[in-house]
Amino acid sequence: MDLFADQVLMSRIQFALTAGYHFIFVPLTIGIGLLMSIFVTRANRTKRPEDDALARMWVKIYTASFAIGVATGITMEFSFGTNWANYSRFVGDIFGAPLAAEALFAFFLESIFLGIVIFGRGKVRPGFYVASAWLTFAGSALSALWILIANSWMQTPAGAELSADGSQAVITDFFAAAFNPSTLPRYGHTVLAVLVMGAFFMMAVAAWYLLKKKHGAAARTMLMTGAVVGVLSTAGLLVFAHASAVEVWEEQPTKLAMMEGMYETEVPGLAAVGIVDEAAQEITALSVPGGTSFLATGTWDTEYPGLNDLAATEKYGDIVVEDMPVNFVFQTYHLMVAGFGLICICLALALIFGRKKGNIQNMRWLQWLLVISPIFPFLAIQTGWLTAEVGRQPYVVYPSTTGPDGVYMLTNTGTSVSVQPFELVITLVLFFAVYLLLFVGWARVIGRFIKEGPVAGAPDGDTSDAGIVSASSPEKEDALVVEEMALEGGER
Amino acid sequence: MELAVLWYFLVFLLIAGYFILDGFDLGAGVLYPFIAKGEREQAIVRRALGPVWDGNEVWLLTAGGALFAAFPDAYATTFSGFYLAIMLVLFALIVRAVSFEFWAGEGSWRPVWNVCFFVGSLLPALLFGVAAGNVIAGIPMDAQGNYSGVPLLGLISPFTLLCGVFSLVMFIAAGACWLALKAPVGTPLQQRAAKLRLPSQLASVVIFLLLSGWVLGIMGTDGMPDDLILVRWLLALLVLVCLVYGIVLDRQASTRADLWSFLCQSGAAGAVVFLGACSLFPVLVNASADSVGAPITLMTAGASELSLFCMTVILCIGLPLVLVYHVIIYRTFRGRVSDADLEPEMAGQG
Repeated sequence: MDLFADQVLMSRIQFALTAGYHFIFVPLTIGIGLLMSIFVTRANRTKRPEDDALARMWVKIYTASFAIGVATGITMEFSFGTNWANYSRFVGDIFGAPLAAEALFAFFLESIFLGIVIFGRGKVRPGFYVASAWLTFAGSALSALWILIANSWMQTPAGAELSADGSQAVITDFFAAAFNPSTLPRYGHTVLAVLVMGAFFMMAVAAWYLLKKKHGAAARTMLMTGAVVGVLSTAGLLVFAHASAVEVWEEQPTKLAMMEGMYETEVPGLAAVGIVDEAAQEITALSVPGGTSFLATGTWDTEYPGLNDLAATEKYGDIVVEDMPVNFVFQTYHLMVAGFGLICICLALALIFGRKKGNIQNMRWLQWLLVISPIFPFLAIQTGWLTAEVGRQPYVVYPSTTGPDGVYMLTNTGTSVSVQPFELVITLVLFFAVYLLLFVGWARVIGRFIKEGPVAGAPDGDTSDAGIVSASSPEKEDALVVEEMALEGGER
Repeated sequence: MELAVLWYFLVFLLIAGYFILDGFDLGAGVLYPFIAKGEREQAIVRRALGPVWDGNEVWLLTAGGALFAAFPDAYATTFSGFYLAIMLVLFALIVRAVSFEFWAGEGSWRPVWNVCFFVGSLLPALLFGVAAGNVIAGIPMDAQGNYSGVPLLGLISPFTLLCGVFSLVMFIAAGACWLALKAPVGTPLQQRAAKLRLPSQLASVVIFLLLSGWVLGIMGTDGMPDDLILVRWLLALLVLVCLVYGIVLDRQASTRADLWSFLCQSGAAGAVVFLGACSLFPVLVNASADSVGAPITLMTAGASELSLFCMTVILCIGLPLVLVYHVIIYRTFRGRVSDADLEPEMAGQG
């Protein structure tokens, strides 16, 4: 089949699939990491068993999600070399450093202190235990910074020049490259979005307990903690989403044109819903006239070049307007905005009705809404990411407005020459199989942790018993373990 | 140029860190199905690795990132050229990583995660050696430096396979040393691990001599730098002294001897990596006889001076921090695994 012989397309599909999957668990991990740290801190301060139970439960959920995030993250770091060798040769002088820095500054931090969070209870001082939780969270937030530095450089290159022989981009200014025009808006945008994701996941678990009429007090604590973190992050998100929109307006004209479906130069409106007919180059949409112009510039009547005009310029002469995925980018962008709207509605409802003695105990529809609500930030995050990445096509390194001359690369020239299409078919099938196994395994473990709930830890209560049993004979404990497993099987 | 030389050895330093630390980790995983009988012993093995495995694996990501940053061409050629092999390693590391937390979290799928843990340890242990063997023996490349041989099968030759077996037995020896050091003293698990050290270390010595003979006798030392000849002999001697001293220590049954035996094994692993570096220098990827493209060296593959300078600054800040983290984690979890330690593992059975 043609599809399977198309090496560039297969490479893109594999990257999109693996990055998209990775980006399900990374938001969960970073988001839950903050909430976990909050609960660990609270448990240490109040010393109440119920707070301790909550902290333990969320440490476990964090750990299981973290494992998938780490595992699927290795794929991403390898894939530049394995699937995008020519890209790696072109950008290595700039792109490699943030990846190495990410491992040195972030991965070590989060993985080593997570070891203490999981296994170090009682081995380190309580204050150090709390600090370890926060350091784990800091590590994951730092890792997001470095990888977004790398990715933002692909969107808006800076601090670099084309080498004399034209074969690669060479760094000229580290800080200009690291803090290129899109780094900070995109970092804030992404990190706050993933915090929203974690908050919604926690609210959903809380709503599930309310539905099942279990763990009432703990459920309310989770609901309100999630709602407060969610509201604060969402408020901050507005600022950074705006900054990102301004950055795209100024730096990435073809992306902005695709986001609003603009083929001709016009004053861009702000569409709510719509559809782009790529063949006829027409857009049918319900939109606020001049809306995007207002959001990006503060004026209602600033014109913006459409794709046809951009294609006529020297800078964007490589684009073929007929091949541009305009409708795709238009739809993903507007789905992200719609997802954001639903997020706000859910948060408002949760805050209004979720307070102590609030009405939420009797509002089953709201409980159900919150149970399914993580789908909204999930949708917004995935579609937002697709907008950013598909929006920069056909370039892998985008020739942004203020970018250095000649520092850009077309996606179809970046792949690995030595990787045959049949190899890509094999690995794609394996990715499907392995990632499915991972998801099922994760869902089972998380489901179990949620079912167990924030009950005062068996480990604490059983310490003395366990000591006695194991002191008497290891075989006996083995038998006990087996017995427990049998019981558990029966229960299922 | 000086910075490129520095980074040549720094990349190998990071690889050595990985070879030592994830070496015992992967080795213990390979031994796991054979040495740990029953859930309790499995839990001990996992608890001996649990707090440290993730940090150990980050050394691989750091080495990969550093290779990317310092020598982009070498990174691009090897990772794309060894595509299917790298992907096998990748899938192995993925299922291995999740098997830790999922095993602890849930009972009825434990057999699945046990298999993942074993296979996930075995494949990288073997394939890292095969990859190193290819870099040493040389691969066919086109003029742009892309691998031009047969995918996957082209990487397998008697020499590269022997390299793979070598990394496997070195890792197994390290894993046995680690488990003998960490398992509760006097337990059958500890004794089994302690007994396995001798054969695996002996095998390491034998294969090391075989490989050295192969390189010196058959492949020749033509391309090797003359000024490093003394260093090479010293490193080879260090490998042998460490391995043999480890074998001597194995006969004493004390925690102190267990610790030193593990450290000897680690020293040998580190010395092997630097021996490889000094034999290759200044080459990063050798070209085979039928290769169109030239070997990739630190002169041709290196990043710009400014880029390497930035990397040096990053490393000077980052590496001390990383070492502090390692001191913290290995100190916190020093000593043998105790019954009380197993609670979190066993709690999953709830």
